[in-house]
Amino acid sequence: MSYLTKPKPHHPSLKKNAVGLTRRDYEGGMSTLCAGCGHDSITAAIVQAFWELDIPPHTVGKLSGIGCSSKTPAYFLKEAHGFNSVHGRMPSIATGANAANPDLTLIGVSGDGDSLSIGFGQLSHAIRRNVNLLYLLENNGVYGLTKGQFSASADVGSTSKRGEANLMKPIDPVLIALTLGATFVARSFSGDKEQLVELIEAGLTHKGFAFIDIISPCVTFNDHEGSTKSYAYTRKHQVEVVQADFVPLRHEITTEYEPGAVKEVVMHDHSVLRLHKVDANYDPTDRDRAYAMVRERQEANEVATGLLYVSTGLPDMTEQNGVVPGPLHSLPFEQLCPGSEELEKLQARFR
Amino acid sequence: MQRTNVATPDYYHRVVDCQWACPAHTDVPEYIRLIAQGRFDDAYMLNRKSNVFPGILGRVCDRPCEPACRRTRVDGKAVAICRLKRVAADNKEDIRDRLPAIPMEKNGKKVALIGAGPASLTVANDLMPLGYQVTIFEKGPRAGGLMRINIPAFRLPEEVLDEEIGYIVDMGVDLRCNTPVESLKALLDSEEYDAVFVGSGAPKGKELVLPGRYDSDQIFIGIEWLENIHFGHIDSVGKNVVIIGVGNTAMDCCRSAKRLGANDVKVVARKTRKYFKASPWELEDAEEEHVHIMENLSPVRFVVENGTLVGMEFEEFTSQEIDGKLVQEFKQNVTIPCDTVILAIGQENAFPWIEREIGLEFDKWDVPVVDKITYMSTREGVFFGGDAAFGPANIIWAVEHGHQAAISIHQYCMGKPITERPPQGQTLSSTKMGLHEWSYSNNYSAAARQKMVHIDLHQRFVDLSKEVELGFNAEQTWQEVQRCLNCDVQTHFTESACIECDACLDICPVDCLTITQDGEEEQVKARLKAPALNPNQGLFASGPLKQTGRIMVKDENLCLHCGLCAERCPTYAWDMRKFYLLNPHAGISFEGAEAAPAEVVAP
Repeated sequence: MSYLTKPKPHHPSLKKNAVGLTRRDYEGGMSTLCAGCGHDSITAAIVQAFWELDIPPHTVGKLSGIGCSSKTPAYFLKEAHGFNSVHGRMPSIATGANAANPDLTLIGVSGDGDSLSIGFGQLSHAIRRNVNLLYLLENNGVYGLTKGQFSASADVGSTSKRGEANLMKPIDPVLIALTLGATFVARSFSGDKEQLVELIEAGLTHKGFAFIDIISPCVTFNDHEGSTKSYAYTRKHQVEVVQADFVPLRHEITTEYEPGAVKEVVMHDHSVLRLHKVDANYDPTDRDRAYAMVRERQEANEVATGLLYVSTGLPDMTEQNGVVPGPLHSLPFEQLCPGSEELEKLQARFR
Repeated sequence: MQRTNVATPDYYHRVVDCQWACPAHTDVPEYIRLIAQGRFDDAYMLNRKSNVFPGILGRVCDRPCEPACRRTRVDGKAVAICRLKRVAADNKEDIRDRLPAIPMEKNGKKVALIGAGPASLTVANDLMPLGYQVTIFEKGPRAGGLMRINIPAFRLPEEVLDEEIGYIVDMGVDLRCNTPVESLKALLDSEEYDAVFVGSGAPKGKELVLPGRYDSDQIFIGIEWLENIHFGHIDSVGKNVVIIGVGNTAMDCCRSAKRLGANDVKVVARKTRKYFKASPWELEDAEEEHVHIMENLSPVRFVVENGTLVGMEFEEFTSQEIDGKLVQEFKQNVTIPCDTVILAIGQENAFPWIEREIGLEFDKWDVPVVDKITYMSTREGVFFGGDAAFGPANIIWAVEHGHQAAISIHQYCMGKPITERPPQGQTLSSTKMGLHEWSYSNNYSAAARQKMVHIDLHQRFVDLSKEVELGFNAEQTWQEVQRCLNCDVQTHFTESACIECDACLDICPVDCLTITQDGEEEQVKARLKAPALNPNQGLFASGPLKQTGRIMVKDENLCLHCGLCAERCPTYAWDMRKFYLLNPHAGISFEGAEAAPAEVVAP
């Protein structure tokens, strides 16, 4: 980790976005992660995506649990709200935050330990409820903070830094998300920023639970020859099956694709997601096909990346539960606390 | 793209803007760090090695380094390099035991230097330690040349000149003052000297022959007038003075006039401020002393009534910039009342003492033909330097001419071809001290450029030789040294170690790094993370990286040398390496540079 703060001067060509901020304004504190950590690269992609979407930082809630990944919300959007929860409990906090203030743009950052072990149940229920949240799983296959033990996402046969092989079957977060009915499922790689920024932007715009599993190499404990989550391995085995081209509202569509190769998905705010399929037979709105494709690629020792599945129009958690629109803090006191008479009437309904 | 070769000194040298811009290639960032550590003697000696006169230049250098300073591109204001040089000179202790040793036994070669200005003194400085017997012929009573007689003492005190000239003369130079060379032919014919160096300057002020020029005795030529003030021949001036010309001599003239008792001093220029030759800081200093600087006036005639100068008539113009060019149109004639006019419109070389038939060729402007690399004239064994070589420039150029001429003279006297120049070299050494510790301060300081404190206006005019600038105090020095970006600590890239994790790209505050597909330079430029805005700065390109075959590209233009790329690099592909330029001088060569022991280069 560096001890100095990032110098203020910036390149003169740095532009301001629609809310008058530069990309540098979306940065946070200096990272204390290891030099070369994939997580820092993801942080940079988050900064880029929020800037490009013109989201005012104070309308954002950053949430995390415990682990290397969960430290990262401190490194982006210093003006945003944040909550660093108990290990694995970030989805509960996010659910609460979303219920109390549905207007907040929520981003949760978790890791393979936080999500697939201690917080596995939490993750499942956030998916089930379709909480309006962008959930990033920074996946490096090890517990970096406790010196590199295998995590639940470690592949069979991949080795630790000292050479022992992992024998247990991995939990694949993408297959889990598809199984549980997540409405937006993607996979990416910290070393592929071009793809990652587009996916984060699409995920932030998606209404409902957007899940991105991001291979994020641990340079200290899991970037060696026996690793299947190293920079070199991921570069060699990554196959982009769907290229997402996110076109925010009011922006002109400039990229041209051959007809038939593109599927357009209109997001709830009328922005457009153009999905460029590498495989013409693939339909990223077909959940069963998505599941089968991910499995097929796995069998072939490939890592399928891109926006693998998306489904719009399903009610999110607040809609399912009839939550009062708008943040609770803006409700007049009389409405927020209608008095003991009202309470008694309510209780009478359950007698 | 062509893979950048960083093994030859030019690539990294260019990154050090100040050192590259300095004619003598002073290692500016290194001496600023030495000042920061309170090592004033070391800072002074490092300076002296390249620019010979740190105390003098720390006051009156033309400072080509400052407009070049990277800080001007980062936050608009250059590091006060020149003032820091003065800090080293002002705070040093006795350094005489660190001056080069002069061999008792001479090498049998005798060299004559004509004129005791900065160029000749530099030649003497370089040749004396090699065992040469050096004789300087000076027409005036003391050594120093234009540094002494043309720069007023309120800018450059006598003690400073005496001290730094003394270091050289005390090496055992045979300094013959009041001994003008009246015939070069006679000097050469005496066959007493193995080589002759002409460093006689450009001592002739340009004339402005307009009606009335010779009708009054109150019209002076700037450099002659300054010289007369220096020698005490002139100690007063009229009340209303007009200076024609707006170079640095004009600035010295107007400020001297103020000190001699003039009330109203006007400096009159033909063009607009943008085109003034005077350094911006000299203009500011003059204006601080209530000198009125006027633009768009072209002299027509001297107005002389009954033998008395009463004014100067000008054509006044309107000015506008069209497509970056100055377009001036006549407006009217105006007369500025005055009782003294000083002409400061330039200087010329004058060689009435060089015979034209001795094999020393003069060109159509009647100046000697001098080789731009060897500084030798067309007559073998006769060398030129300083203003005498290519016309008026400045002290730091004269010093560099002196260094180069000394190399030539040494080669010549040793019977070697003078076109064989010892090459420059470089050393690169890592500044890494710990995981994220470096042997330089990599933290960026946002401090503003420190302002030089001047003595009060009324104090200035009491004594002609009262120095105006007080020099930086300890607090100002402390602030200013931290503003230096340490451009000599290079971001050195080892492509075989890079794993393309993007950490350096993400952390760089000024977006100077890009990893991209290789291609033609123009294509690669179009894909940079931020556009390359400065064609004078290098674009580093690595060879193909091992994982994807892409290349690392770095635009050097705005790099803050904060070292964050190296701190964020997990594989030490980026390292911060101190670049030393091995700059040869006479008798000091760095051939086979990588083998050069550290103590040769490190101060």
